[in-house]
Amino acid sequence: MLRFAAKQLFNMGFTLLAVSLLVFMLNEWTPGDVVSKILGPYANADQVEKVTREMGLDRPAIVRYFEYMGRALTGDLGQSIVYRAPVASILWDRLGNTLLLAAVSFAVIVPLSVVLGVLAGSREGSFTDRAVSVFSSITASIPEFAMGVFLIAIFVVGLGILPGTSPLRSDTGWPIWSQFVMPVLVVTLYDAGYLISMIRTSMVEVMRQPYIRTATLKGMSFGQVVRGHAVRNALIAPFTVILLQLNYLVSGLVVVETVFAYPGFGRMMLEAALAKDIAIIEAGTLVAVVVTMLTQLFGDLGYMALDPRIRV
Amino acid sequence: MAETGDRVREWPMPDGATAPTTTAMLTLDGLGVEANGRRGSSRILQDVSFDIAPGEAFGLVGESGCGKSTVALAVMRYLGRGLSLTNGRILFEGRDVAAMATAELRALRGNRIAMVYQDPMSSLNPVMTIGRQLIEVPLLHGETDAAKARARAIAMLGEVRLPDATAMMERYPHQLSGGQQQRVVIAMALMAEPKLLIMDEPTTGLDVTIEAAILDLVTELRAKFGTAILFISHNLGTVARLCDRIGVLYAGRLVETGSIRDVFKAPAHPYTRGLLAALPEHKAPVAGGGHRRLSPIDGTLKAADRARTGCAFAPRCGHVEPVACETRPIALTAVMGDGAHMARCSRLAVVAAAKPSARTSMPAAAANRGQVLLALDKLSKRYDLTGRFGFTSGASIYALSDASMAARAGETLAIVGESGSGKSTLAKVVSGLIPATSGSATLRRAAPHSSAPGGRLREAESPGATEDTGALHTSAPGGRLPTGESPGAMQEEIGTVGVDQRSPDTRRRIQMVFQNPDSTLNPSHSIEFALTRPLRQQRGLSRADAKAEVLKLMERVRLPADLLRRKPHQLSGGQRQRVAVARALAGQPDLIIADEPVSALDVSVQAAIVNLLGELLETGDLALVLISHDLGLVRHMADWVAVMYLGRIVEYGPASQVFAAPFHPYTEALLEAAPKPDPDASAPAIVLKGNMPSPTERLAGCGFASRCPKKIEGVCEREMPPVRQFGAHTIACHRELSGGATTSV
Ligand SMILES: Nc1ncnc2c1ncn2[C@@H]1O[C@H](COP(=O)(O)OP(=O)(O)OP(=O)(O)O)[C@@H](O)[C@H]1O
Ligand code: SF4
Ligand code: SF4
Ligand SMILES: [Mg+2]
Repeated sequence: MLRFAAKQLFNMGFTLLAVSLLVFMLNEWTPGDVVSKILGPYANADQVEKVTREMGLDRPAIVRYFEYMGRALTGDLGQSIVYRAPVASILWDRLGNTLLLAAVSFAVIVPLSVVLGVLAGSREGSFTDRAVSVFSSITASIPEFAMGVFLIAIFVVGLGILPGTSPLRSDTGWPIWSQFVMPVLVVTLYDAGYLISMIRTSMVEVMRQPYIRTATLKGMSFGQVVRGHAVRNALIAPFTVILLQLNYLVSGLVVVETVFAYPGFGRMMLEAALAKDIAIIEAGTLVAVVVTMLTQLFGDLGYMALDPRIRV
Repeated sequence: MAETGDRVREWPMPDGATAPTTTAMLTLDGLGVEANGRRGSSRILQDVSFDIAPGEAFGLVGESGCGKSTVALAVMRYLGRGLSLTNGRILFEGRDVAAMATAELRALRGNRIAMVYQDPMSSLNPVMTIGRQLIEVPLLHGETDAAKARARAIAMLGEVRLPDATAMMERYPHQLSGGQQQRVVIAMALMAEPKLLIMDEPTTGLDVTIEAAILDLVTELRAKFGTAILFISHNLGTVARLCDRIGVLYAGRLVETGSIRDVFKAPAHPYTRGLLAALPEHKAPVAGGGHRRLSPIDGTLKAADRARTGCAFAPRCGHVEPVACETRPIALTAVMGDGAHMARCSRLAVVAAAKPSARTSMPAAAANRGQVLLALDKLSKRYDLTGRFGFTSGASIYALSDASMAARAGETLAIVGESGSGKSTLAKVVSGLIPATSGSATLRRAAPHSSAPGGRLREAESPGATEDTGALHTSAPGGRLPTGESPGAMQEEIGTVGVDQRSPDTRRRIQMVFQNPDSTLNPSHSIEFALTRPLRQQRGLSRADAKAEVLKLMERVRLPADLLRRKPHQLSGGQRQRVAVARALAGQPDLIIADEPVSALDVSVQAAIVNLLGELLETGDLALVLISHDLGLVRHMADWVAVMYLGRIVEYGPASQVFAAPFHPYTEALLEAAPKPDPDASAPAIVLKGNMPSPTERLAGCGFASRCPKKIEGVCEREMPPVRQFGAHTIACHRELSGGATTSV
């Protein structure tokens, strides 16, 4: 187990290096070099040359790459042109916000999906099952922005009990915690539907297995069978999918963040991409890769913990 | 328990008959179960009545789908979704199971009645340790002290002869072998010392030696705990060995019941008679020369038969008489004076007077017979285990070592041995799925000098569709010649040649038939498609010729042509296996390797497939390699037998010699272990203990030494046993042989 984790970490470091090099190169070679991206289309040749020299851009790319990585290791990720501030300060701030939203959503989505999925799947064809299935397929099929607009219409415009934007500032007149409700609700409704149906399907499958019959014929009650024998087996298959939601929650919340003006990581990346803010894109991509790889690692480790048939 | 005593039986109870009902542990009384689906309801069980006395073992037999498992689950009140109990009562210790409250039922399950299932792997929870699954049982039924429960679990694992019980507690099901898993399931069932143990096909799918050990164990535990047993099986041999009485189920009705001796010695119902006649005779002389035909029961059990008012067996019965059999319900009637032996047939006297169907002998074999088509010489396969990063880790698995044998035209070479003995590795090497590491496998062509000019003949198979008689010997019009297309290559080395490097012709000449036809038939293709493809690809027939040829193949495997449009799932297991055989025949192979071809099929269907395989050999230009753990079948079919253990051939020779005087201790043990459908057969004197050693060790001495009852201390483990030859019979063993042995190591 330990050796496996160590090996995975080593692989991760290697992947990270490769990805960073790739991103650096891509930015290097995209049309319009770095300096004209910084100075804009109307800079004259003198200015370009001056800035190029000042920034040390006349040196070979590989040298600059290692410099960049060296600085990155000390926490200096360069300057953002859009936000006119060090990338590090913006990045960590935005990432923190997103992680907070992701954590709250995850904490709601996972228990909700497991409970509903297990309830529905343990009694296939029952009323609960059908109700849960209909609910989850409806919510999963409505796009996030439509869901956002729809919920805003109800809770913000109609009832007026929740704020319509979530800039996480207290000067809006709404307490900070209330600004989380709408984004979390939208993310949960959208994402849980998919998870619920995954878990339900897996649970239905497990309930048909002969070992469930064995457990019942040992004299267990239905609840004992479900809790003691079915749930763990039913979570094995959807486990990776559950963890994949973390990726989505960290780098895929662009739409929700935009709808609610939430100062998150996804929106930052979108703005940086539109403005060709290379320093942010580079650093942000690396962070997204790290998150993906970490969930992968946790996925593998958790998988092994759940299923004794997979051991390294 | 007075209420069970005076219940009404629908068949006459003769005076003075010893009716065990008052003391019965379990009584089924006119049990009826219906399935309610969208398309109306259908009867699954009808009027099933029998009882089991304390400590008694009752066997329930019948073909797949006749309702055996449904009976078992009804007793546990665990009928599947859509099934319901519509008639009759199930009394356990005098209490009506159907009327019990949930709590009462739960106190019964696992405690007073326990169950052992067919597939041990899937009936154990894969993510829980053995220990936890065992301890659960006493904790559910009143034990509060976890330490005591644990101690009991360890003791029970010892009772079922599992080595190192304490360590076993921490293991997961997938870390055990099939036999060990079944022992765990039995231990789990016995944890609460139940009064009734229901075993649903507990040994199906296990090796004969493991089966024998498990049956032994059950007999022993039964004596020790006085448990009554309801033993469900489709194997008459295991029932004969274990049970006191037997019930034969057909289409959801009990058609015959009585003591083992009565039913086996004087079967009264035509179905029971058919079942017994369909078995290869375990006492008959060994096949050798001419094959004997088995007598399958014609037809199949159809779902509609369950709904018949009269006899459900009528469509398949040779004694059917419309008025007596098909107009009114038929009750179980006493076969002889007392009511102990009963059958549900209205023409018992007529049936009893009829002679049992004679076994017809197969016609004498053709001229090519006996020519070696495949010769194996010291064929070996070693798997080098690869560690991480693809380097060899030094460890190797010796899956096959120095196997030498020959498959001959018109004859069956049977390969027997426990699972893991290397049988399937051998098949894979020959079929090219894995190349051998050393040694040779030579594929030869039958000499073209055979009975008629024009090369090897296949009557009734030549696609000369129009002139059925005249064109028999010509090859396919428009097609490639079946012989002579790789001129000069009279023999060809295939042992180290993978299937992708073999020429299409070589591939055509070796065909496989597997245990499970589903794994080879594509579920989305019609039968016609499955048969046409090899004809067009391997033999290059035109569309029209292929079509005609498909019809001939279907006829050859005795399938009606209207099945061609169907998809595999619309056929029965026996029909699918016939399609698989037809497909193997499509390329006109020289060699068919059949890996457990009938072990997934019902007894009544098995016989037909066995006959079919036997008939294929009649033309005399095809060799059959039969891999099977069913020694009854091997005895019936084989001309040559190779007994394998731990990747080595321990005994090889003509079937008549090997079976008549098995010399090698392993062969002897295997033959002993095979369950015999005969109440007089004695329990096996030798039951092998333990498991085959791991094939990763390179043993200095005899591989069988760790389990051999006749081991010579100090010699067998140290020195490789000599391979001795008696004419065609070879034996690898240290024991002294009487008679002049020619030693050739
Ligand atoms: N839930 C169900 N709904 C409808 N029909 C069912 C159901 N369960 C079983 N059957 C049918 O009842 C019949 C008896 O099934 P059962 O499993 O008892 O047979 P079996 O004798 O145990 O067969 P096998 O030897 O293959 O295990 C079969 O025709 C089966 O298709
Ligand atoms: S009742 Fe008639 S059809 Fe049925 S088994 Fe007896 S003789 Fe055959
Ligand atoms: S060589 Fe020895 S151990 Fe091996 S089978 Fe013969 S007697 Fe038994
Ligand atoms: Mg069954």
